[in-house]
Amino acid sequence: MGEEKGRGWTFGLVGLLTPVTLWLGLFFLVPLLFILAYSFGTSGVYGGITLGFNPGNYLKVFDPLYLEIIVRTFIIALINTFLCLVLGYPLAYFIALKGGSWKNALILLVMIPFWTSLLLRAYAWVIILSGNGIANRVLQFLGITDEPITLIFTPQAVLMGMVYSYLPFMILPLYAALEKFDVRLKEAAQDLGASRWHTFWRVTFPLSMPGVIAGSILVFIPSAGEFVIPNLLGGSRTVMTGNLIQQQFLQARDWAFGSALSVMLAGLLVAAIIFYVRKVGAEKLEGV
Amino acid sequence: MGREKRISRGDFLKAMGAAGVAGSTLSILACQPNTNPQQSGGGGGGGPEEKKLNLYNWTGYVAKSTIPSFEKKTGIKVTQDYYTSNEELLAKLQAGGTGYDVIVPSDYMVEVMIKSDILLPLDKSKIPNFKNIGENFKGLPYDPDNEYSVPYQWGTTGILYNKKEIGELGESWDPMWDPEFEGKIGMLNDVRETMGAALYRLGYSVNTTDPDQLDEAEAALKEQKPLVRGYFDSYSGNRPLVLNGDLLLGHNFSGDAYDALSSNPDLDYVVPKPGATRWTDNMTIPKGAEHPDNAHKFINHILNAKVGAALDSYLYFNTPNEAALPMLPDALTKLPYYTLAPEVEDRLQIIQDLGEVTRDYERRFTEVKSA
Repeated sequence: MGEEKGRGWTFGLVGLLTPVTLWLGLFFLVPLLFILAYSFGTSGVYGGITLGFNPGNYLKVFDPLYLEIIVRTFIIALINTFLCLVLGYPLAYFIALKGGSWKNALILLVMIPFWTSLLLRAYAWVIILSGNGIANRVLQFLGITDEPITLIFTPQAVLMGMVYSYLPFMILPLYAALEKFDVRLKEAAQDLGASRWHTFWRVTFPLSMPGVIAGSILVFIPSAGEFVIPNLLGGSRTVMTGNLIQQQFLQARDWAFGSALSVMLAGLLVAAIIFYVRKVGAEKLEGV
Repeated sequence: MGREKRISRGDFLKAMGAAGVAGSTLSILACQPNTNPQQSGGGGGGGPEEKKLNLYNWTGYVAKSTIPSFEKKTGIKVTQDYYTSNEELLAKLQAGGTGYDVIVPSDYMVEVMIKSDILLPLDKSKIPNFKNIGENFKGLPYDPDNEYSVPYQWGTTGILYNKKEIGELGESWDPMWDPEFEGKIGMLNDVRETMGAALYRLGYSVNTTDPDQLDEAEAALKEQKPLVRGYFDSYSGNRPLVLNGDLLLGHNFSGDAYDALSSNPDLDYVVPKPGATRWTDNMTIPKGAEHPDNAHKFINHILNAKVGAALDSYLYFNTPNEAALPMLPDALTKLPYYTLAPEVEDRLQIIQDLGEVTRDYERRFTEVKSA
């Protein structure tokens, strides 16, 4: 009996896992293998690709111009992650611990921007920040400036747009982590004489670490691949790796180099995340 | 490259176009074939074709009446798909997904497609209206005998600017390098056009492959960069930015500039000396088209004088259709540089495919944007 029941379970599990395995295999793994194969191919002058083993595409990545773009991408992604954390943490903390019966409504407000396409929201920012847009009119009305000031098509505008787009990805996991937080631990720490500051750094923050890690990864990965925001809010004056890859596919007709760049970017991201989780994550998590 | 979304009407359409760019990257990666790619028949003739035509065109690149009038006349049902750049069109065809009967590549892309052997030769006997094409638009260098292509629309690339704010500009590229307009200049996010502007200003050919000349052009663009607000699309970028005052000068395709002029009389458009681009979009039939007879009928329909005039009045671009010219409204033909004086025509150059040097241009433009 027991055996049969076990087999039933196995069949059931196989049945349930088959669709997702096929889905991921077909639409994620196969394209990924294509990119890997292309990255060693040779691009024809008019697009198209000859497969083979051509490491030249990877050597091209080490061109100082492209290296600089990759380094810049990682710096922008890091700053974005840090800003999202600093801005998102207090909000997640507030909603989770002080939100009371408003919790769900407040979290809903955080998620509402997702209901509209990122592209339309980015265009909205172009309109808001333009020379005679709302932002400049308010500044002039308040007497802060006489003339319209340059708010858009700057590196700062790119960063602002990225923080705006990715903040919810930071807030949601932080909220999930803080929501489970047992307030009695805080009370205990304070009863034992810890200051509020001390309590936060030694008790609350370490316990929210899974949320910090999940949020940071969720923000860092897509921001390293970003290409829409630098175009729309940066006026294409700031080139990120995502733009470079897009150019190789759609303009330079160099699919092999574009694929090599994609593989490099993915590899660097995986390495960065392993490093991060090992260094920051494990230490903090073990310390708890 | 590519005149992205040159003509789409309305901000919403434009946003959708940009979404298409993002989406198309994915679809290329997935090598997704579109309609069934059976290479049936080809140009083989045979029996009568089913009453269908698949048109693959730039977003919003027909007048409201263009397709209905064709369907009414011939009973052939047209299905239209859209792309936003020549490269997207090429990538789609190379990925094997065709099923398209008529496509509308620009000049240099026609050349690329001929070299890639993916176009079907045209049967001119089925296009009697070819006689309507002006001499000036027959036998252009990318297809000297019009063996594969006939022109659809054409235009120039120049400077849209705010005449009220900065006065009348001379016919020169210099204002685009003038520190007085710092932060008020928008260039095109288009390798060949923006490298081209620098090459024209230096008095070189837009098709140069001389590394010294390209070095000079690259240096000129780097020198210009601190003055430039950004590198934008023509229709969705420079046009509205000049309209709303964020820019005083925008590098624009003529039709987009005219679109702006029609809603703001303070603006003006100039085609600078010593050189500027004249571009042409063309109708061609890709290999593997399932309805080549219908495709010829469609091309012939577009070259009809009345249809050509309607197309032009709606899109604000120029028509290669000489028979259509007398039917164009004055409001259109009186636009600056719409009807070209011979000395203006002489300064215009046609962007040609440069083969492997394309990637050198691309790298230099990335270097400029990344500086």
